[in-house]
Amino acid sequence: MASAIFFYIFAVLAVASGATVILAKNPVHAVLFLILAFFNAAGLFVLLDAEFLAMLLIIVYVGAVAVLFLFVVMMLDVDFAELKAGFIKNAKVGALVGGVVLAELVALFLYRGFTVAPVIAAAAPVPAAGSGITNTEALGDILYTKYVYFFEGAGLILLVAMIGAIVLTLKHRQGVRRQSIGAQVARGPKTALEVIKVPSGGSVVPAAVKSPEAAE
Amino acid sequence: MTIGLGHYLTVAACLFTLGIFGIFLNRKNVIVILLSIELMLLSVNINLAAFSYFNHDLVGQVFALFVMTVAAAESAIGLAIMVVYFRNRGSIAVEDINMMKG
Repeated sequence: MASAIFFYIFAVLAVASGATVILAKNPVHAVLFLILAFFNAAGLFVLLDAEFLAMLLIIVYVGAVAVLFLFVVMMLDVDFAELKAGFIKNAKVGALVGGVVLAELVALFLYRGFTVAPVIAAAAPVPAAGSGITNTEALGDILYTKYVYFFEGAGLILLVAMIGAIVLTLKHRQGVRRQSIGAQVARGPKTALEVIKVPSGGSVVPAAVKSPEAAE
Repeated sequence: MTIGLGHYLTVAACLFTLGIFGIFLNRKNVIVILLSIELMLLSVNINLAAFSYFNHDLVGQVFALFVMTVAAAESAIGLAIMVVYFRNRGSIAVEDINMMKG
């Protein structure tokens, strides 16, 4: 009973905040409502005994992806009111396509019913309730053994994404003095010191002053 | 009042439809389009977790994990492209993005 009440709370809030994401005028509000939708979906995951996924959703999505979105939205100086033009015109096409997809899904549900055919042999059965194995342990047991290559592949995808994002956004600005560590390390007594014989009664000009180009 | 598979599938279907609707509704705003894609991926994850629970099979959760990985990579790359594009063109309106039109 309690789980049913929580399901309805989480479900209604998730769908409502999802609707607000696409209808919000201000993209910052849209991102914040997306975060609310993620939290409610995490609640649904907890109800589905997928605690690890729920925590992952909060840590990875809310903590990293949504905050990244927030940073970008706040960083870009865009006139969002202008981007909102044609909202009503697009709404008709969107309602048409969205309505078709929803009708298809509903028709599928009505045709197949809400039951699922029992699986004869689960590929990775969920541990029994009293076995003391947590969801995280059970996931790790199959993730690092049976699906280890997929796991490595996921890591590779994240690495590629990281390198891609850095390469895309890294900008070397011209005319900025940077520390040249190689030049500093290579500097030794031969290049740093100069012994000059000063003639009595005369003066010398150091080499660095004579040719400023060479000093750099 | 028991919550069955159909309840979860309904929630996921609603979220997925909202994602599609959002893409059409905010056709000029890349940021909201990316947010809509995130909504659709979230609904897919709800489906996978629901099937995993009602079939007593953990593979659905493993798959949801990989979907999350790909979604995170996608949003990171998408946002990076958007930042670079804004730096070069000063705008992120979708109809301006036609440099690669065939």
